[in-house]
Amino acid sequence: MASIEFRNVNFGYEKDKVIIENASFELEPEQSICVVGPNGGGKSTLIRLLLGLIRPWTGQIRIFEKGPESSRHLIGYMPQYLNFDAQFPITTLEVTLMGCLSSGSKIGPYSRKDRADAEAALERVNLGEMAKKRFSTLSGGQRQRALIARALVSDPKILLLDEPTANVDQSVEEEFHKILRELAEQISIVLVSHDLGFVSGWLEHVLCVNRSVHMHPTASIDGKKLNEIFGDNIVAIRHDHDCPPGEHIHHHGEECDHGK
Amino acid sequence: MESELINALNEPLFNFLRYALAVGLLASLSFGIVGTYVVTKRITYIAGAIAHCALGGIGFGLYAKHEMGWQWFDPLYGAIIAAVISALIIGTVVLTGSEREDTVIGATWAVGMAVGFLFIKMVRTVTVNIESWLFGDINFVSSSDLWTVAFLGVSVLILTILFHKQFVAICFDEEFARSRGVNVPFFYILLLLMSAVTVVLLVRVIGIIMVIALLTLPAALGSRLAKGLPGMMSWAVFICSIFLLLGLEFSMRIDAPAGPSIILVAGAAYFGFLLIDKILGYIKSHGNK
Repeated sequence: MASIEFRNVNFGYEKDKVIIENASFELEPEQSICVVGPNGGGKSTLIRLLLGLIRPWTGQIRIFEKGPESSRHLIGYMPQYLNFDAQFPITTLEVTLMGCLSSGSKIGPYSRKDRADAEAALERVNLGEMAKKRFSTLSGGQRQRALIARALVSDPKILLLDEPTANVDQSVEEEFHKILRELAEQISIVLVSHDLGFVSGWLEHVLCVNRSVHMHPTASIDGKKLNEIFGDNIVAIRHDHDCPPGEHIHHHGEECDHGK
Repeated sequence: MESELINALNEPLFNFLRYALAVGLLASLSFGIVGTYVVTKRITYIAGAIAHCALGGIGFGLYAKHEMGWQWFDPLYGAIIAAVISALIIGTVVLTGSEREDTVIGATWAVGMAVGFLFIKMVRTVTVNIESWLFGDINFVSSSDLWTVAFLGVSVLILTILFHKQFVAICFDEEFARSRGVNVPFFYILLLLMSAVTVVLLVRVIGIIMVIALLTLPAALGSRLAKGLPGMMSWAVFICSIFLLLGLEFSMRIDAPAGPSIILVAGAAYFGFLLIDKILGYIKSHGNK
């Protein structure tokens, strides 16, 4: 049984503007991957498809053999974190508790079990003692871990992270990847990242998303070469908006095929 | 020191003052709670537009009552209906993302007021005091207002108890809430409707123009004082009622209308707090050097 399965998935927000084209791939349970690709290449769209927030035009998405909407509880999600309001008065525990929400959430306050689960999730990322602290007083790295805890509360089988280290410094990033590596032994991690250098050492597969979607085993390519193929290319597109994206799509696709 | 407010409350003729005070204290509960959501979700301007739109309903209410013979129709009902309609319009536009948000907010704001003024000008059988609706007038507060405010206040409180966790989630991180299957559009619209109902609660006392300050300033102060949202709400409720008490006392002393007096007290407290906070921060950072 595959944990994530895409079969000929096509999607776009506007008619005639395909964002994801004929994507097919499969992920084994407990298998972890890194998702890379240029901005606007469809990474976020892929995540939204996985979460069942949007439906594909054609094709099929299965998560543990069910549709994404009915398997939301199996996915823990950590959104890209950019707009944090430093004045938002909320404790770390309250942030973590949001992970207990579901479409079928009972009305009224969180249950005692929810609180116990949230505290356990914080312990899991070594933040137990910060539960009662205001979230905005945490360091950048602690905040990232709290958001991981929030994604873990519901005891998911897949952990989905959207550029989790985009706004933190390098030491935090290293510590963060250490935690992810430990988690990857228990659940499957889908990590969207712009930087392959860090993850190429321990993630088994790389998913290249740039309208087309290709999966590559990391073992077949060494870290340096991966960076050469995707890393630089992605950085070039990220920073130079004058580049006609079509060129890169083409170039990217070609290189992907070479890697197979 | 003697309190003019307490002396006046003991005056048997001043029924309206006792009602105004009771309405104010009851409404503080909804103002503190809903204000907390409005401030953390950063939808002050939407709440402001909704409040101003209420004039459209007030105008219609006055017209219906005096010109169409709907004696039972309290202009406050009209205010609630207009506020709810504007909340639905703005909410739908924001959620679909089809138009520029601020343009629609501004348009709703102005159209609501225009409708109100036109209806009021069409009332010819009685003289309508527009000012009392714009800036509030506690002389008009009656016992039936007290019941309306109590009923709506309790409704807001019940909704908060039932759905607080969903509201917190959409205020803090809408995207994550969506990923957990929370019906974000539903709770967003519900929040706007609660704001709509809440701003109308104090229209008699504060008027529609300034009521937004009393919704947001106590919550803004509360966010500085509390660690979490329940604390922020409690502070906001407490601060809001203090503003009302001090504002009424202030208005008695200088013999001025209650609405502007209450808003002045709230504004002074807010900006005073910010100033003191800055000065303390400056002293602290320089003291450490």
